[in-house]
Amino acid sequence: MAENASALQLLLTGDPALLAIVRLSLAVSLSAVACAALLGIPLGALLALTRFPGRGAVIVTVNAMMGLPPVMVGLALYLALSRSGPLGSWGLLFTPLAMVAAQTVLVLPIIAALTRQTIEDLWLEYRDELAAMNVGVMGRIGTLVWDARFSLVTAVLAGFGRAAAEVGAVIIVGGNIDGFTRVMTTAIALETSKGSLPLAVGLGVILLAIIIIINTVAWTVRRAGERMSG
Amino acid sequence: MEAVITFSEVSVVIGSVTLLDRLNLTLGPGQPTVVIGPNGSGKTTLLRAAMGLVTPDRGSISGVAKHRAIMFQHPVMLRRSVAANLDYALKAAGVSRAGRQARLGELLALVGLADLAGRPARRLSGGERQRLALARALARDPDVLFLDEPTASLDPAATKAFEDLIRTIAARQIKVVMATHDLGEARRLAGDVVLLHRGRLVEAGAAPQFFEAPRTDDARRFLAGELLL
Amino acid sequence: MTSITRRLFVAVLALLMPGLADAQDNTIVVASTTSTEDSGLFRHILPLFRAKTGIEVKVVAQGTGQALDTARRGDADVVFVHAKSAEEAFLAQGFGVKRYPVMYNDFVLVGPKKDPAGVAGTKDIVAALKALHDKQISFVSRGDRSGTHLAELALWKAAGIDPAANTGAWYKSIGQGMGAALNTAVALDAYVLSDRGTWLAFGNKSDLDIAVQGDKRLFNQYGVMLVNPQKHPHVKAAAGQQFIDWLVSPEGQRAIADYRINGSQLFYPNAQDPSA
Repeated sequence: MAENASALQLLLTGDPALLAIVRLSLAVSLSAVACAALLGIPLGALLALTRFPGRGAVIVTVNAMMGLPPVMVGLALYLALSRSGPLGSWGLLFTPLAMVAAQTVLVLPIIAALTRQTIEDLWLEYRDELAAMNVGVMGRIGTLVWDARFSLVTAVLAGFGRAAAEVGAVIIVGGNIDGFTRVMTTAIALETSKGSLPLAVGLGVILLAIIIIINTVAWTVRRAGERMSG
Repeated sequence: MEAVITFSEVSVVIGSVTLLDRLNLTLGPGQPTVVIGPNGSGKTTLLRAAMGLVTPDRGSISGVAKHRAIMFQHPVMLRRSVAANLDYALKAAGVSRAGRQARLGELLALVGLADLAGRPARRLSGGERQRLALARALARDPDVLFLDEPTASLDPAATKAFEDLIRTIAARQIKVVMATHDLGEARRLAGDVVLLHRGRLVEAGAAPQFFEAPRTDDARRFLAGELLL
Repeated sequence: MTSITRRLFVAVLALLMPGLADAQDNTIVVASTTSTEDSGLFRHILPLFRAKTGIEVKVVAQGTGQALDTARRGDADVVFVHAKSAEEAFLAQGFGVKRYPVMYNDFVLVGPKKDPAGVAGTKDIVAALKALHDKQISFVSRGDRSGTHLAELALWKAAGIDPAANTGAWYKSIGQGMGAALNTAVALDAYVLSDRGTWLAFGNKSDLDIAVQGDKRLFNQYGVMLVNPQKHPHVKAAAGQQFIDWLVSPEGQRAIADYRINGSQLFYPNAQDPSA
């Protein structure tokens, strides 16, 4: 990004470097949330509907992992993906895919834990009805996830907020490479370290605006959906 | 006549509470059987046990009825349209895609909801919900249909409409077993009556005889409107 | 739900693809220091190198110690740092092929304009550090095993002072990069040793200014090495060596000399100096 320019100026003039950073931030965090939702929602639902020894311990663990420090996830993934690590041959370190993987790990527990709670509450309401209709476990999961879809949007948004806001994991596995793995949060960290505090603040405002826009869209879709299907 | 469902020495205990106490009862085919009794007498538990949703702690339940369906006192509407709720029940009952199309229209017409097919089920009125729940139960093509106080929260007009539906269903050779605490409704619909009190069978028999000449003191007092304690 | 998420996923992957395609062959990863990245040098010279060779250089900016570790693990093709003794150890362990001196800049002692240590305008860095110690005046240390940190420790040693004995008092070791150290010094009204490039490019100077500069002991030599392909076979040796050859070529040296901030030259090429 050009020196001595405000973040807003850069945004308004369509500065390609800034747009690339914004685009990569969205691509990485949305991919991570999509992966985490595809895994976490079925996982959370399964945890809500099944009973097995040690289930309580699993639930506590998943809930606790919501507070997983990003820098720890970044470090663990760094060691795994490093050329000297077990997955080094994949050549993923310092790539956007590694960042997606790190954020997926961070977001998965949030989506799984919130899904479990939502589905378990809905299950109490639906249990008799579904049992009377002889619906099997897989059918129950599908029905409950579908009927809880508007509540699950909130779980997914919580996950997105976590992914878009974290810096600890992506800066370690992505390396903050200019034009390749630099995202909003790592750019903010970099501009802060360069003493370009106004630019750093401006980038933060843009990041916040993006998060607000995405939440607004999700909330509007949710409202419209609720009106249409009750 | 072959018994549709037979209870033999059935007890259901949850914690320290005995919900059904050594119940012996035979439900035959024909006109609706109406289960009456004060709150907590075991009406709901009897229906749920017969449906297979509650496993007896003692005794056994047998019968020839292959397809059973139940409508709960507070049916839960899935968060989707009226038609989708019914389609879901048909799918769960194993009806093929082609078969569902025809059955859907037929059942909606039967319960008088054809015009509301696209409406979100959770936005129906109380009476409409009960009728949709009835259609969902009928989607299982039951031999026996258990109804748990289906008109308890309905106004007289909606109650009348629902009772008419019950008569239509009974005329289709579907055995209706209905719990109610409304004696008037019991008189209007019952072929047979079962009176429960504190999980025990007080008296069971044909409706005219039960209402005209009850054999037990408890039944006489219940019909007279006294409180059974 | 599933069809929506599926479509979203595909759309997002499509967005990512251009970035992923870049990851393929004609790129190298250079582990370097925050001073070269934060000062803007790479932004100046890398486009020139790319225009000539078509090779894309991806810079991971870390402290010198961390950058050497990254290279040791095989996660970089080239390492471009400034701590000669650490670089020589890296070579001795067999992780590097050959060290090429590239350029130098110098360190400056930065401090509050009101100069509580009374060292402003002097040239003797060792005497200045002694004054800080004697008057117990706050000093911010990188404390991150970076080249700057190692240089700082060597200067304390020359002054006969063990800063570790004063940690937590006037000596503040923060374990972060150059920019963070400067920001901390601004906040604490403290002195800090910085490389000149980062200081010139730094945007939050506030009440700080250069106090001590020009001492020969403040020279800061940069070297570049190819990571040994015999240790890490996936290292892109040809492209990496091409980058090194360009850096030490007259063209690369000129590009380095041409980089200026507000008219001040930041780095002085000296690839021809065998002792550097």
